[in-house]
Amino acid sequence: MNRSQLFCGGLFQDFRRLEQEMDELLGPWSWPLGIRSTARGTWPPMNVGVTPGNVEVYLFAPGLDPKSIDISVQHNLLTVSGERKVTRGDEVSYRSERFAGEFRRAISLPEDVDPNRIRARYRDGVLQITAERPEATKPRQIKVN
Amino acid sequence: MNNTQQVAKRPPDEAQHQSLAREHEHVLVPAADIFEDADGISVVLDMPGVSKDRLHVKADGNGLVVEGDAGISMPEGMEAVYADVRATHYRRSFGLTSELDAERIEALLKDGVLTLRIPKRAELKPRRIEIKSD
Repeated sequence: MNRSQLFCGGLFQDFRRLEQEMDELLGPWSWPLGIRSTARGTWPPMNVGVTPGNVEVYLFAPGLDPKSIDISVQHNLLTVSGERKVTRGDEVSYRSERFAGEFRRAISLPEDVDPNRIRARYRDGVLQITAERPEATKPRQIKVN
Repeated sequence: MNNTQQVAKRPPDEAQHQSLAREHEHVLVPAADIFEDADGISVVLDMPGVSKDRLHVKADGNGLVVEGDAGISMPEGMEAVYADVRATHYRRSFGLTSELDAERIEALLKDGVLTLRIPKRAELKPRRIEIKSD
């Protein structure tokens, strides 16, 4: 066994295994983002949930004009972008914790989502995007005869 | 199919409210902007998901407490696959000093942003002191 085999077969496999275990430990939290995942603390914070019929994406983005939010879908990549304008007093400022400026978040939806059947609504500062999964991919109960 | 799930139920009285608030494992501390001008202090808080009926703002001589619960519409049987936000209860408190008029605080909630305006007591507003010269 030469050195590269040792790495590819042995050590790298161990790393992969460790990674899998980590993935299991940390839950499937990373799937909707994949390579486009961002550091914790990226604005707006986001939650993703699935039901047999839908994928629900929640973006906690208060203080936006719904008309200014840009939601686009390319293949199964959902991108939400916009700008949050924050007006702060021009006199004495003690805290400026709220996010201000341009933002963008990208989410890889599961392959089975129909890009033509995505709807969004904005309420109390939460943007909820619902992507439908076609009937064919919903789990079916299979009877055993 | 859609029903608004209220993770934290609104309690009937204040005492119970306090104890329920303590039970929340994770409390979100809303991001705040605070600034001051000659007439008062403005506090702006990000509280996405909170509607007017789930917001409590309490002020007395000692401080200002803002609490709220996010009501997120979740379909039945939903399984979470990713979550940056893992709590629905917000709480943040601020100390108030005597020159601020806690009785006349104004609150405005719009699209998950709470703006509080705390006026200064009229008699305590800074006065410009003129310097007379001969």
